[in-house]
Amino acid sequence: MAILTAPVQALAAVWSMVVGLRVTITNFFKPQETIHYPRQEVPPSHLDSFRGHIELVGTDEDPAKARCIGCGLCAELCPSFCLKVVAEDLPADPTVSYESHNGADQLMPRPKFKAPPPSQAQPRKLLSYHLVYHTCSLCGLCVQNCPAGSLRFSHDVYLAGASRGRFEFDLMERLRGQAAHGGPKGGKAHA
Amino acid sequence: MSWPAADPCQGLEGDLYARVFAEGARDDTLILNMGPQHPSTHGVLRVLLEMDGEYVMRAEPVLGYIHRMHEHMAQNRAYVQFFPNMGRVDYLHALAWNWAWAGAVEKLAGLEVPRRAEYIRVICTELNRVNSHLLWWGAYLLDLGAVTPIMYAFEDRELVMDMLQLITGSRLTYSSFRFGGVLTDIDTEFVSRCRAFLKRMPERLEMYRELVTGNAILRGRLEGVGVIDQMTARRYGATGPVLRGSGVGYDVRRAEPYGLYHEFDYAVPVHHDCDCMARYMVRMDELEASLSIVAQAIDGLPEGHCIHPDAPRGKWRPPAGEVYFAVEGARGKIGVYLASDGTEIPYRVKLRSPSFSNLSLFAEIGQGTLLSDAVAILGSLDLVIPEIDR
Amino acid sequence: MNGSSLAAVAPELLRLGVGLLALVGFIAANGMLLLYVERKVAGHVQRRPGPFEVGPHGLLQAFADAGKLVGKQLATPAGADGLLFWAAPLMAFMPVPLMFIAIPFGENLFGLQTNLGLVLILSFAGFNVLALCLAGWGSNNKWSLLGAARAVSQAVAYEIPLLLSVLAVALMCGSLDLRQLAGSQGGWPWQWNVAVQPLAFFIYFVCAVAETNRAPFDLAEAESELTAGVHTEYSGMGNGIFFLAEYANMIVVGCVATALFLGGSQGPFAPGPWWFLAKMYLLVTLVIFMRWTYPRVRFDQLLNLNWRWLMPLALVNLLATALAVKLAG
Repeated sequence: MAILTAPVQALAAVWSMVVGLRVTITNFFKPQETIHYPRQEVPPSHLDSFRGHIELVGTDEDPAKARCIGCGLCAELCPSFCLKVVAEDLPADPTVSYESHNGADQLMPRPKFKAPPPSQAQPRKLLSYHLVYHTCSLCGLCVQNCPAGSLRFSHDVYLAGASRGRFEFDLMERLRGQAAHGGPKGGKAHA
Repeated sequence: MSWPAADPCQGLEGDLYARVFAEGARDDTLILNMGPQHPSTHGVLRVLLEMDGEYVMRAEPVLGYIHRMHEHMAQNRAYVQFFPNMGRVDYLHALAWNWAWAGAVEKLAGLEVPRRAEYIRVICTELNRVNSHLLWWGAYLLDLGAVTPIMYAFEDRELVMDMLQLITGSRLTYSSFRFGGVLTDIDTEFVSRCRAFLKRMPERLEMYRELVTGNAILRGRLEGVGVIDQMTARRYGATGPVLRGSGVGYDVRRAEPYGLYHEFDYAVPVHHDCDCMARYMVRMDELEASLSIVAQAIDGLPEGHCIHPDAPRGKWRPPAGEVYFAVEGARGKIGVYLASDGTEIPYRVKLRSPSFSNLSLFAEIGQGTLLSDAVAILGSLDLVIPEIDR
Repeated sequence: MNGSSLAAVAPELLRLGVGLLALVGFIAANGMLLLYVERKVAGHVQRRPGPFEVGPHGLLQAFADAGKLVGKQLATPAGADGLLFWAAPLMAFMPVPLMFIAIPFGENLFGLQTNLGLVLILSFAGFNVLALCLAGWGSNNKWSLLGAARAVSQAVAYEIPLLLSVLAVALMCGSLDLRQLAGSQGGWPWQWNVAVQPLAFFIYFVCAVAETNRAPFDLAEAESELTAGVHTEYSGMGNGIFFLAEYANMIVVGCVATALFLGGSQGPFAPGPWWFLAKMYLLVTLVIFMRWTYPRVRFDQLLNLNWRWLMPLALVNLLATALAVKLAG
C-alpha cells in the first residue's frame, strides 16, 4: 500500500510548501507594521498608558507645590527602596529624620513610621522628594497607596541617559520645572 | 523514523556533571555544552550533552545561572511588596504568577474579590496566556529554523501588549493584581480594542496554520519526536500543555477551579500523540480556548469595583496559618505555598514552577535523539529559565 | 609552439583573462546586490522595512557592511589549525569565478566555450564541500565539527541526483556544452526544457538549494542547533568570504538552471543577456523566499529525501529520457 500512498503524501507535502510560500509572498506585498523610529514616532495617544517613573502632582492652587503631605508611606511601601522622602512636622520637629537610608534596613525593612489613615493624616512640610529610578520596578504601590493623591506616573517614553545620575530625580525640582513650563497641571492623580 | 532499538546509553556509568565516569563507560563520546549561551536554550540554561556523532546519549540540564532567591525575597518584605517579583519569575505569563500570589494571600486572609475584579483578572490573564503562547510559537519555530513566524507572532503580541498596558501599565513584567482585586479598572477603550483583537485573531490563526502547522517540514520535524508517555509525564510531575499533550486532561482551571473560571465555557485541549506535535497542537488549540474565554468575559463583564473597598492597603498583618494556592499558567501548574506567622512579612514562601518539572523530563526523553530533535524537544517543553531557577 | 597556433590561442587567452576579471567583478557586485535583496525580502516578508538607514532605502548598507567586515580583526581561535582554518574561506571562494567562465549569459557573452562546460561547473562546485570540511575541522570547535560532518554528507549525497537530473537534459540535447544546451531551446516557455523535463527541473532545483546550503537545507550552519556551524569561529572577512561564496554559488546554480531548463538567453521578444539575467534572478529570489518561509529539515530527513526520493526519481527520469531519445532518434 505504501507504494500508492507515499506519492500522494509526497505531493501533499510539496503542496504544503507551496501554501507556505504563498503566505510569505502575500505578506511581502502588504504594508509594513513597523515605524521608522527617528523619522516617525508612535502617535502620542498610544503612549497614554505608558508608565514612566513616578512624578509629584501639584495642588490645584499652586502647580509648583506638591500635594504630598510628607507621610512617607510611599517610601515605606516601596519594595526596592528607591524613594527618599524628607519632611518635617508642622510645627517643625527636627527629631524626625529620614536620613537613615542605609544598607541595614534594606535587608530587613523595619517600618520607621506608621502611616496614619488618610482622613487623619497630619500634613507635614515636604522638604525633599528623591527618586532613584535605577531600582524602581514600576509596581505602582506608591501611586496606589498615596493618601494625598500626590503621585502619578509620568509618560516620558523617550527617557534615556548615559550616566547614572540621569535617573536620579529630585521630584520637587521636577514639579517646579513642570509648573514653570506650564507642564501637566494637577488633577488626576492616577492615570 | 526509527531510533536504535537498544538503549544507546546502556553500559554507561558516571556523572556527566562531575565528569566522573566509572569503568565500562565509553570514552569515545563527545561532551558538548549546549548553553548557557546557545541560541536555543532561551537564556541561561545549560545542557550537558554526551554525544555519539549526532546522537545525544545523555542530556543533563544544569540549572542555577539565573537564580535570584525569589522565595527568600518574599520572606523579608511585606506581602504586597512581593508583587513586582511575581512579574519576574515567569516573565511570559506574569499575570498567572500575580494571580497565584494574590490568590494565596486572599485564601490565607479570607479576602473577598469583587466579581468585576475577577472578570478583569480572567481577561488579562488569558490575554497574557495568548501572549505567552504566541511568543512560544515564534521562538519554537525559530529553534526549528523558520525565522519569519516570530515576526508575525510579534505583530499580534504587540496588540495584546498594547491592551495589557492600558490596564496594567506594563508590557511584560506585570504587577497589577492586588489583594482583593486589581490595580486598574478596564475602560471602553480596552473593551473595543479587545473586541477588535478577537475579531482579527481567527484570520491570523488560519495564516499560522497555512504557514507553519500544515507545513510538511514542520510535521516531519515534530511528529513522533520526543514521545513522553502518560506515565513518564506524571512521574516527573509535568503539567500544562506538556501533560495535556500526553493525553492527560489536567488543567488547574478545571481540576481545582479558582476565580470565576467555572462560569466560562471553554475546551481543555488534549492530544494523545505524546510527541512534540501534540504539545504544539495543544498550545495552538489553547490560543483559541483563551480567546473564547476572553470573548465571554468581555461580553459578560459585570459592573462593580475593580478592587474591594475594604481590601488591605499597604503593609498589613494577615492571620497566621498556611495555604497552598495553584493556578494554571501557560506552562502548567503554578503553585504558591505560603506560611504566615501573623506578622507583616511572610514566614515561608515556596513557589512551585511548572517549567522546573517539565525540564526534568528532558534528561530522560532527550536520550538517544538527534541533536536537532533535542532542540525540538527542549523547545516543545516551553521553558522559561528564570522560572526554573527562581 | 609556432606562430600560427599562438595567434589562434592568444585571442582565446585574452578572452579568458578579461572574462575572469569581469566575472570576479560580476560576482562581487552580485554578492552586494543579493545581500541587499535578501535583507529587503526578509524585511518585507516580516512586514518591516529591512535596511533603511544607509543610503536611500538602505541601498548602501551592503557596502557599509563590507567595509565593516574588512575592518574587523581576523581572529584565529586558540588551538585551531591556522593553515586549514584560513585556507577554507579561500577555497570556498576561489573556484567560484572558474564556474562562471563557462556560463553563456548571452548568444556571444561567455568566458570560455568548451564542450565540457557542464562538467567543469559541477566539478568545481565540489570544492565547496572541501572548504566547509576544512573550516569545520580547522576551527577546533565541536559545533563546527558537527557542521562539517553534516555539510560533507549532505553535499556528497545531493551531488548525485543533481548530476542525474542535469544528465537527462544533456542526453536530450546530446551535448555537455552549456551554450549549445541553451541554444537548443526556443524563445517561448513551452519550448524550454522545463516543459519537457519538469521532473528533472524540480530535482535540480531541490538539489541546488541543498548544494548551496541554503535554508531549509542549511544544516551545516543551522544557527539554532549548531550556533553557526562551520562559520562559528570565523570573524570579519573570513565570514564575509563564506557569504560571498554562498551568494556566488546561488548565482551559479541559478545560471545553470536558466541555461539548462529555462531557455538561457532566449526569450519571447528580443532575446539577449537580459532574459538570462531576469530568469536567473527570479530563481534566486525564489530561493531567498524559501529561506524566509520554511523551517529547517532534520539531518536524517535530508538524507532520506535524497536517497529515497530524489535519487530514484532522477534515475527513472534519466532512463525514461534515454529511452525516449533512443526511440525518437
